[in-house]
Amino acid sequence: MDFPEELKYTEDHEWVLSEGDLVSIGISDFAQDQLGDVVFVELPEVGDKVEISKAFGVVESVKAVSDIYAPLAGEVVEVNSDLPDSPESINTSPYEDGWMIRIKPDDMAELDGLMDASAYQAFIEQE
Amino acid sequence: MSAIGSKGLILNEKLIFERSTAGRCGYDLPLLDVPSVEPDRSLLRDEIEGFPELSEVDVVRHYTRLSTWNYGVDSGFYPLGSCTMKYNPKINEVVARLPGFAHLHPATPDHLSQGALQLMYDLQQALCEISGFPALTLQPSAGAQGEFAGMLMIHAWHQAQGNKRHKVLIPDTAHGTNPATAALCGYDVVPIASDGVLSIEAVAAAMDDSVAALMITNPNTLGLFEPNIREICELVHSRGGLVYCDGANLNALLGICRPGDLGIDVMHFNLHKTFATPHGGGGPGAGPVGVSAALEPFLPVPVIMKEEDGYRLVADRPLSIGQLRTYASQFGILVRAYAYLLSMGPQDLKRATELAVLNANYIRARLEGSYHLPYKQRSLHEVIFSDADLPNDCHTLDVAKRLLDYGFHPPTIYFPLVVQGALMIEPTETESKQELDEFCDALIAIAEEAKSSPHLLHEAPVNARTRRLDETLAARNPRLRWEKS
Amino acid sequence: MRYLPHCDQGIRSMLDTIGVEKINDLFSGIPENCRLPRDLELPAPLAEADLQRHFQALAAESSVDGSWSRFLGGGYYDHHIPAVIDHLISRSEFYTAYTPYQPEISQGTLQAVFEFQTLICQLTGMEISNASLYDGASACAEAVLMALRCSRKRSKVMLSRGLQPRYREVVMTYVRYLDVELIEVPLAADGRTDEDAVKQLLDEDVAALVVGYPNYLGVVEEIESLSRLAHASGARMVVAAAEPLAMALYRSPGEQGADIVVGEGQSFGLPLSYGGPGVGFIAVRQKDMRSLPGRLVGETVDKDGERGFVLTLSTREQHIRREKATSNICSNQGICAVMVSIYLSLLGKNGLPQLARDNYSRTTYLREQIAALPGYSLPFTTSVFNEFVISCPRPATEVLKRLEEDKILAGIDLINDYPEIKNGLLICVTEQNDRAQLDRFVDALKGAAA
Repeated sequence: MDFPEELKYTEDHEWVLSEGDLVSIGISDFAQDQLGDVVFVELPEVGDKVEISKAFGVVESVKAVSDIYAPLAGEVVEVNSDLPDSPESINTSPYEDGWMIRIKPDDMAELDGLMDASAYQAFIEQE
Repeated sequence: MSAIGSKGLILNEKLIFERSTAGRCGYDLPLLDVPSVEPDRSLLRDEIEGFPELSEVDVVRHYTRLSTWNYGVDSGFYPLGSCTMKYNPKINEVVARLPGFAHLHPATPDHLSQGALQLMYDLQQALCEISGFPALTLQPSAGAQGEFAGMLMIHAWHQAQGNKRHKVLIPDTAHGTNPATAALCGYDVVPIASDGVLSIEAVAAAMDDSVAALMITNPNTLGLFEPNIREICELVHSRGGLVYCDGANLNALLGICRPGDLGIDVMHFNLHKTFATPHGGGGPGAGPVGVSAALEPFLPVPVIMKEEDGYRLVADRPLSIGQLRTYASQFGILVRAYAYLLSMGPQDLKRATELAVLNANYIRARLEGSYHLPYKQRSLHEVIFSDADLPNDCHTLDVAKRLLDYGFHPPTIYFPLVVQGALMIEPTETESKQELDEFCDALIAIAEEAKSSPHLLHEAPVNARTRRLDETLAARNPRLRWEKS
Repeated sequence: MRYLPHCDQGIRSMLDTIGVEKINDLFSGIPENCRLPRDLELPAPLAEADLQRHFQALAAESSVDGSWSRFLGGGYYDHHIPAVIDHLISRSEFYTAYTPYQPEISQGTLQAVFEFQTLICQLTGMEISNASLYDGASACAEAVLMALRCSRKRSKVMLSRGLQPRYREVVMTYVRYLDVELIEVPLAADGRTDEDAVKQLLDEDVAALVVGYPNYLGVVEEIESLSRLAHASGARMVVAAAEPLAMALYRSPGEQGADIVVGEGQSFGLPLSYGGPGVGFIAVRQKDMRSLPGRLVGETVDKDGERGFVLTLSTREQHIRREKATSNICSNQGICAVMVSIYLSLLGKNGLPQLARDNYSRTTYLREQIAALPGYSLPFTTSVFNEFVISCPRPATEVLKRLEEDKILAGIDLINDYPEIKNGLLICVTEQNDRAQLDRFVDALKGAAA
């Protein structure tokens, strides 16, 4: 299982990549493995506001549903429009093709509360 | 032991639409002995595009072939946990088809439907006696609608008391219908963790004056009787709440224990489980609901009354939660359930429960060395194993599919959710020791195969009508109807 | 007992394997204070022969034999049932199976239900149908909940007064504790849903407009114009077909813009059975697929690439999504859906429309004869299918009583549901009523006028 160093992670298994004043969000390799083959993704629309720790989307496999929680508050500026047609990207490429949304965070400092790769790895081993 | 469960003649068969030949019809219309009249043209539709055209023989062959791809209780052992797949007696099918029942229109006046009403009334009385509730409705169409009726009555009762409570407590072992029902009644669901059974402390900690009810299943989905049930009911009542019981597992209690005597306020029955009505490949079922005296005024309408000059359906009840279906009940299912009750009588109903529990415990004893048993307490009518001890990447799903090759319907799998990789086995009382032994031998052989030749599990089934089906493809790219290619 | 296969010797050996003395020891998990200290007080068991006699006696206490003529409809219809249906569904591989959780040994049920979904789509003119719901009324309630779900923030639902009154009541029950306002839309003088009233009542908070097709009074509604009105304010058009045979004759709700079509399938090969089991259906547009309640069967392939069918999109359902599920429904009406499929396959593209036409002709014959009787009149002269309302010269209750003496069940008294119709009686005619019955009915009505 792969946990890129440049990302931050949440306890709900989302990852965050900071890119200037924007961040991208997706779910971790661990999360996609737990879910199994992803068959459906529901994402917000550009312009929607997301709130920290509130669900902004849903990802479904054949037998499971999981809410996706916003790691930080902000406004959605871009949505991965390829995902609805190829939800399998979340399995095959969780950190690249499987990215979900890009937001403009209200407060970049909220990033500091998240785990780095090694802390996240320790966290999931504990679970 | 060799997996030879399903060798035989299996004929291929297309979809009914692909069998269609222009110009055929499988039904001759009765002679039109009045003048043929042309309806208003502007209202008429074009032909029903895609509708099949077949002779009677085509239709009979089609469905006969399809039926051979199915496995029913009449085909063999069907140990689906929480589903109580007992034998469906044949005389019940005969009496449900008596013209006086089968062709009785629901709008027939009461005085011309007395036999049907008497049957419903008598069934109602019998179910009250079995469950210990003073009042009961036969109306709900299935267990989930029974839950809905029950939770609506609880809501109505609170409203009548002037209570504004918005939460419902549900243990983590509950069927999915419980939280779904609570939500449908406008309640917020609060899950309670249980350690096999529900502790008084766990309920006490969650039970405050915003809680309308506790929904409990007894015995629960682990097959365990909730030992603190009386105390829990008292506690919930003392804090102003009511207790709902999911009666899906009533087959463990007939003649032994009556939920209505324990302080439970509402419970639904699944007639298609405990009372031997066939499940029809998905339904219909029937989900009568028993209630305490305090909830009686809230029963759905119509209710059946016995009066001096006969039986009557009464709809004028101001506190009722209202009506749940177009007409009074899934009557045809009630006829079958009542026939079952009368065939069994009180002693054999209790005997059925005893043997159901004996069968489950026998399976448990025989398989304990081969599969992981997550809960060691004495279980009743069903037993839950898990795939925790299986080697070589073999999982519950593989065991289930391999059982198909041995000619058995698998148990319920991956439920309850509190057991990872659960195999939930409910044999019911209508299986003999020989049948159980063959099933256990098969499961033991599969556990051995998991060690020695895991590919047999991973490749299974090989003897069934189809190989393993691609559910991911079905969900990613839904094709929910036939279309002309 | 004939259903219990155990013998004493077998029980002994099972107890030994378990390691307990007697069966009662297995119940040690049930505390003493929870036990029933007495035997159940129920009737003594009946042997099969005795049972059959008892049930025959009960079944004889009703108005069902060849000597009665019946003109009862109102949501349940007395159509002839081809012998093939009972024959086929008596194959116990169909009726003793559970829900098809293991698709590899349930392809019979799964393919039959896939065909049901397709047939319902073709008949209603819609894109997606589920595997069935309990009955017409609960299907209507599920449609209302679905429309509310799809439109998120809207909280009003408009129900036509022409919608089957029990459907309206069941909708009321279903939304009882949800934050939903139900608004009744009156009927116009011609018996159709009043379009002016619809225009006035529609606003941005309305999630759905629900009408019957035909409506409870037998009248054929103008679905197309109602759909246009509903859509103009962003509401969904819900059409409820209590007598779906009408859709074989009249324009499908789908081609008239309906968003959700629900109904009762009992007309298609199911016995009346005193009101159940019937079978509810629901058909929707592709865009609302994921909001559908209940089970869905989908096509896929197996490991060898062969076509097969599975339950699919289950993440909508209670066993996975729990309190966030689209419905709490679990059991549906499986075998009844198969009965509908068999019926529709037998009648097919040629037979079903012709049967519908013949029902219309018989109904028209009777309707015209009654309209010509002194004292009787038709409150609505609009097009109907196989049901219509008459106004009697005296209270319908009295007319019904009088005709019962002639062994005629003349129809449904409208006094409670539609008191505004003077002495209203709802009459239904099907292919089960031949001309002799119709003529006798007219004569009897003539006699009951005074």
